Amino acid sequence: MDTATNSFGTRSAAPEVTIIDIVGEITAASEAVLKDAHSRTEGSRIVVLNFSGLDYMNSSGIGLLVTMLIRAKRNSQTLRACGLSDHYRQILSLTRLDEAIAVFESEEAAVAA
Amino acid sequence: MTEPRDKGNWADHVEHFASEGLPEGARSDTVAGRRLMSPLQGFGQMWQKTYRIPVPGHTPEEVISTWKAEYGRFWPTYNKFYAPIAGIKPGEIGLIKGASGPVRLSTGVMVLYADDVSFTYMTPEGHPFAGWITFSADEEDGVTHAQVLALLRANDPVYELGFMFGGNRQEDRMWQHTLRSLAEYLGAPGEATTTKIKVDRKRQWRRFGNIRHNSAIRTMFRRSKSGG
Repeated sequence: MDTATNSFGTRSAAPEVTIIDIVGEITAASEAVLKDAHSRTEGSRIVVLNFSGLDYMNSSGIGLLVTMLIRAKRNSQTLRACGLSDHYRQILSLTRLDEAIAVFESEEAAVAA
Repeated sequence: MTEPRDKGNWADHVEHFASEGLPEGARSDTVAGRRLMSPLQGFGQMWQKTYRIPVPGHTPEEVISTWKAEYGRFWPTYNKFYAPIAGIKPGEIGLIKGASGPVRLSTGVMVLYADDVSFTYMTPEGHPFAGWITFSADEEDGVTHAQVLALLRANDPVYELGFMFGGNRQEDRMWQHTLRSLAEYLGAPGEATTTKIKVDRKRQWRRFGNIRHNSAIRTMFRRSKSGG
């Protein structure tokens, strides 16, 4: 059975910009944790997913990112990504998620864009 | 920097389905060279559909190993799956001769991800659905369960209409049948449960043009042209 990271931290980076620090794994077992982190971004116009602590993701994890993206759109939020290794950047491209989640080289760039 | 643990589980980066090395026996022209489609590029409402069945007496690894090896055997007879030449491994392509309502169609899928307890297909342009279907096995209360989880949208307005008028139920029957057949094959006959969530009610009208790739329409035209 999948093991899940207990929680993903959130922090404010600028007015209306919240960062979610993804640490460890994103799998089916991460659903509640990811939902909880996203619920803490209420009021933010931009949510930056910082993937620099990600060390494992399966296809269920990619599915969770899609459902999170739909929830964000419903809340009139924009999702951005940073801290992706080449491997995970390629997965976002392969799955065409990068057409809906803008990918940035650094956290600073993602916040400032 | 250490290599990610999931590195070997994902298909290599491609934008289009390969044109070579495809299984024989089915038409591949509605698949070869087509772009991959995620649920974000489809037209219709987005659904998450989960089908589950208990398979006691087997580990999740045993269930997935059998499922990969005998994948097409568990399908209803009105659909035929032509397995990838190298088996269900990341990046490999399987072809499908099937039915979308009363219409016959040729299409396919690419193995997006595979590990010991799951594998995922991604669809091409022209397929009835844009999205991913994940086949997995896990333990719940000490009992192994097999699961099909589809995250998808109908690819274009024609498929969306079909989905609204019977296609949705037909898809449910297809995966319920698959799970029943798998469980029976593994000596654990039973009934599958179905859970459906409408993830996104909105239709993506800017994707209306996906219709130009519709495999059912193309298959129909080809058949009428060849008199078949």
